[in-house]
Amino acid sequence: MKIWQSRPLTTGRRLVLAALIGLSTIGAARADVTLLNVSYDPTRELYRAINEAFAAKWKAEHGETLTLRASHGGSGAQARSVIDGIPADVVTLALAADIDVIAERTKKIAPDWQSRLPDNSTPYTSTIVFVVKAGNPKGIKDWGDLAKPGVSVITPNPKTSGGARWNYLAAWGWAEDQYKDDAKVRDYMTALFKNVPVLDTGARGSTLTFAQRGIGDVLISWENDAWLALQEFGGGKYEIVVPPKSILAEPPVAVVDANVDAHGTRTQAEAYLKFLYTPEAQKIIAHNYYRPRDPSAADPEDLKRFAPVDLFTIERFGGWKKAQAEHFGDGGTFDQIFKAGR
Amino acid sequence: MAQTIQPTETGFRRPTEESSLARFLIIGLTALFLLTFLVLPLVVVFTEALGQGLSAYLAAFADEDAQAAIRLTLLVAAIAVPANLVFGVAAAWAIAKFEFKGKSVLLTLIDLPFSISPVISGLVFVLLFGAEGWLGPFLQAHNIEIIFALPGIVLATIFVTFPFIARELIPLMMEQGTEDEEAALSLGASGWQTFWRITLPNIRWGLLYGVLLCNARAMGEFGAVSVVSGHIRGLTNTMPLHVEILYNEYNLVAAFAVASLLALLALVTLLIKTVLEVRYGDELAASVRRH
Repeated sequence: MKIWQSRPLTTGRRLVLAALIGLSTIGAARADVTLLNVSYDPTRELYRAINEAFAAKWKAEHGETLTLRASHGGSGAQARSVIDGIPADVVTLALAADIDVIAERTKKIAPDWQSRLPDNSTPYTSTIVFVVKAGNPKGIKDWGDLAKPGVSVITPNPKTSGGARWNYLAAWGWAEDQYKDDAKVRDYMTALFKNVPVLDTGARGSTLTFAQRGIGDVLISWENDAWLALQEFGGGKYEIVVPPKSILAEPPVAVVDANVDAHGTRTQAEAYLKFLYTPEAQKIIAHNYYRPRDPSAADPEDLKRFAPVDLFTIERFGGWKKAQAEHFGDGGTFDQIFKAGR
Repeated sequence: MAQTIQPTETGFRRPTEESSLARFLIIGLTALFLLTFLVLPLVVVFTEALGQGLSAYLAAFADEDAQAAIRLTLLVAAIAVPANLVFGVAAAWAIAKFEFKGKSVLLTLIDLPFSISPVISGLVFVLLFGAEGWLGPFLQAHNIEIIFALPGIVLATIFVTFPFIARELIPLMMEQGTEDEEAALSLGASGWQTFWRITLPNIRWGLLYGVLLCNARAMGEFGAVSVVSGHIRGLTNTMPLHVEILYNEYNLVAAFAVASLLALLALVTLLIKTVLEVRYGDELAASVRRH
């Protein structure tokens, strides 16, 4: 009995080893030219349209068939995936801090990435607005209204969601201008987050919580996601309230240098990102509810949606590196006010 | 035993028989639970999926990404289930037929995938094979993709579904003991002959159950696969992940359509099991009771 008892195990192991080796070669094989764009949550519809336009343009100009693949998720989680080795050719994330993290930890992106393309490498912008139920029953008009007792506010978790970090800093910036006193700013933020019944992990999750499940009186949201939700759920049920003052949200793009060099796709990847700045792409961008950098070719009907807002930028917080550590790092202001509010 | 109970006119019942009230309550409670937690969600899935007509339902499957997700799910199951078949039989054999040190540890290890969250199972593979993981630099140097590619998804699925076949076989093989095998060996059969002619026929029903359960879970696994997949559309999205994506894109009809296909695959699995049970029930009972 001793002789044969161990045999099935080794045979099994050998089979599995063989299977694994076979599999890894399938995984490594790459067919014609493919670009992988690792992006954040609300850009799904935008990049579906952009990818179609760029693939057609590239085919016409170079005769090469490009397959453009996309992966979407919370901006922070997507950055984590790139760090863990997802073979992204380009990253198009919600904020510069998430691309900085990839550049610092993996050196796969050159440190000067943000100066390689125009406008801080952000071909489109957005801002932070409110979505309320039709008729605005709670009379939400400005940031101050969000901290009032009895108002239920939906916003995602700033620890995991890029959109939530823009929401947070927009509220903080408004409060700074309003109260001009650090303690009062913190009181306001504490009262605001006391009104938040659920912190979803991503912007899309929050939109679904508000619009699909009907939780909350007001959703703090990307302007682009707010318009998309309005379109999806019918204009009669919700309306958008644009506050007089908000933050200029800049979601940047970058080529992942180490990956494109390994894949031999640098030419295509760089052309893809440059395409975003062309009038053709800017028109698509405006149509997908993002504010274009160059509105010249955009449909005037699309541009009408963008209400004038007094916008401040991330620079007032000393840039993303500083803002990230100060507000969203361990023990940062978010941790402090969130603890105080519970 | 059932035939020995005589209905009595006086209404006295045997001490081993429940009162009709208790019986009614227990059956009612079970039925209510089944209705709320199993039937109702299934009804919701199919009504939502067909809510905007059959053509909208079918359009969900015309999408290239949906087809890629279906193909990937079937491929992953086609690799993971046979792998676990080999693992499961080997593990059950080792535990049921041999005495060795550390047997209880091995038994606990087999149960491990059941007891830890699938998200952790996925993360383990990222920490092992990810670019910053233990084997990351080696894999990168040799241009081998595991995480965010098919091998990672297969590994995570194998890990999560590992216990199904082994767990089904261990009690069966332990109960059957080693007499049959010993007899075969003493009559001059080789190890392989003993396995194919004696052990395998003895365990085939348990094995089939295990395979069906393993397959159902392999196709439906979300958590572990979600962590290692990278969510690349048309490439590393399995059906459960595709359902989530469609839902997040407000495409509820398509989300529920794909979900209904997953549910159908599960129902077919159950149907096969039931048909086999009805058809070969006697043989099944005999194979279990033989010892």
